[in-house]
Amino acid sequence: MKNNYFSEKYWKDPTIANKILREIFLLSKKIKKSINIMEVCGTHTMAIAASGIRDILPNNVNLISGPGCPVCVTSAGDIDRIISLSDISGDKLIITTFGDMLKVPGSGRKSLSEAKVNGADVRVVYSPMDAVKIARDNPSKEVVFVGVGFETTAPLIALTVMESVNININNFSVTPLFKLVPPALRFLLDSKIAKIDAFLLPGHVSAVIGYEPYDFLVKEYNMPGTIAGFEPLDILRGVELLLRQIESGRPGLDVEYSRAVKKEGNKVALSVMKKVYGTYDAQWRAIGPIKNSGYTLSGTYEKYDAFKKFAIKERKVEEPAGCLCGKVLLGLVKPNACHHFAKGCTPQTPIGPCMVSSEGACAAWYKYGLKR
Amino acid sequence: MLYDKILLACGSGGRLTSEIIKEVFLKNFSNKILKELEDSAVLDFGSTKLAFTTDSYVVNPLFFPGGDIGKIAVCGTVNDLSVKGARPYAISCAFIIEEGFPLTDLKKIVVSMKKAANEAGVLIVTGDTKVVERGKADGVFINTSGVGIIEKKVEISQSKIRPGDVVILSGELAAHGVSVLNARNNLGINGDIKSDCAPLNGLISQFLKKYEVKSIRDITRGGLGMILNEAASACKFSIEIEEDLLPISDPVKNACLMLGIDPIYAANEGKIAVFASEKNAQEILKLMKNHRYGKRAAIVGRVLSEKKSKVYLKTSIGARRILTMPEGEQLPRIC
Repeated sequence: MKNNYFSEKYWKDPTIANKILREIFLLSKKIKKSINIMEVCGTHTMAIAASGIRDILPNNVNLISGPGCPVCVTSAGDIDRIISLSDISGDKLIITTFGDMLKVPGSGRKSLSEAKVNGADVRVVYSPMDAVKIARDNPSKEVVFVGVGFETTAPLIALTVMESVNININNFSVTPLFKLVPPALRFLLDSKIAKIDAFLLPGHVSAVIGYEPYDFLVKEYNMPGTIAGFEPLDILRGVELLLRQIESGRPGLDVEYSRAVKKEGNKVALSVMKKVYGTYDAQWRAIGPIKNSGYTLSGTYEKYDAFKKFAIKERKVEEPAGCLCGKVLLGLVKPNACHHFAKGCTPQTPIGPCMVSSEGACAAWYKYGLKR
Repeated sequence: MLYDKILLACGSGGRLTSEIIKEVFLKNFSNKILKELEDSAVLDFGSTKLAFTTDSYVVNPLFFPGGDIGKIAVCGTVNDLSVKGARPYAISCAFIIEEGFPLTDLKKIVVSMKKAANEAGVLIVTGDTKVVERGKADGVFINTSGVGIIEKKVEISQSKIRPGDVVILSGELAAHGVSVLNARNNLGINGDIKSDCAPLNGLISQFLKKYEVKSIRDITRGGLGMILNEAASACKFSIEIEEDLLPISDPVKNACLMLGIDPIYAANEGKIAVFASEKNAQEILKLMKNHRYGKRAAIVGRVLSEKKSKVYLKTSIGARRILTMPEGEQLPRIC
């Protein structure tokens, strides 16, 4: 039978999974010591939990979640800035957002969802272009799109901003809180706070940025990396490739997800981002500012920056008391180590963002009842 | 409860709905019949047994591929009666209409209700009409209640589920949830995804005449994940289903992947889960597959002897994880 690499079934095939698993067990036996593989993508975190991969891996191979969930890495101060938009919402301002952001609590545990219950005009959209449509249909109101995300989301929103320039929509703006993956990896390696032996690199982000931005991992840090897709076999194969690099003592950069990722990335997306954004020292939750780790609107597009338009200043806000989201993001603790986990903090009554976002590590552990 | 105002999630059929029912309604209304918390109440008059149910319909948009609010309002109540083994006899319909609502739309909805009622063989025998000011309702809300007659020997209850029983699913999951989401937000997802909205009394009566079943559940909001958790907690045993056995059409599966929605928790309006002994299950499955609303029926799991009331999912690659109760409405993700 011909393998259909584009059929979802192929990437879940239990026979192939078992073959890869046998290899993983052999390699892990040879390596002996405990290996920490960090996945830096929330979609990986979810896929790993949903397919139950952790439970079938050898005991000395640990998958730990890193700062890969866009909502979770948004600093508590930035979340407060977004929620503070609801104070001027209602008759004059419409807040549009992806669903993920709705329930994320700010420092006072107030969320956009709660602001909506209390009368703010908050609308969930599925595409940032829908927000522009809302702006066009409501010319007497301001419409803000909550822009949060990595290199995957950023190009789409850059296009949206360009489109609103084209069609002359001036009552539309964006909270430009985009974050970049490679600077976060460098921060993790420089700070040495978590023991990381290899990175399972994000498939979709890499489809946008290509391979090159990861070159420093091997060159400067001798750090094994594999760009992997999101089906169970992608992830298993990614783990196998990483263990092979570790076992051979030759760290490299493997691309398991070659059916979607090209060396040069997505040229259109890259050029759009270059046009609309400039880098800045983004604030990361529980980490603080990381040099040149974010994209913000720049040049002629700066006037679409909602924070500037409505004079919402940067804020420094303490993490919620006892919340371990920061440590979870850095791979220092597993979600169930937090004493709020599944008690005061659930997806409906979250204390920290990792429990709310559908890509958050705490949400994955809660939803899929993980123990390990 | 950790909130002081009603959240949308309180009505989404997940954990928060259960919480409101327990903490607010059951606390005040509790009685022997209500506390069963199944799709219909069973009223036993000695010589006659009746199933009685009610449901309000508040779907947005009112018209979507595969159905409309009127069709759901009839089918939903017919199905709630049928899964208790009742023959639907009569239903009521009460309309709450927003001022300014187009008459042609109302007529369309009513014609759709008539068609569904005809197909189900049930009479609409009483009703009510209220109109509220513009802005006080979302177009139209419909409530239907229904009564059905249960044959004396038929006794269907989740508490009868035992280890070794199998779970039969009557067809492909999540079509309704995805179809409505697609229509509501103009997502433009192609692939002819239509709501599965249908009256299932014909399908159910076909196998119920011949074979004993332990329980039948109408899988609506909260999806299969919700009703399996309810069944596990009612019968006290754990249940295991297999990911690879779950029938889901390719377009629906792809749409769910794209939106970050789990089809196991997505809404259906024409699907049931049947719990029956392994021996009867094969025969029931055959009968289902011969019916127009059960063509893609499949056995998807079984009841375990473990007394933990947990639900497990065996994943495609052979791992096993817990299938928890859904939390609230599913929100599409960022990337």
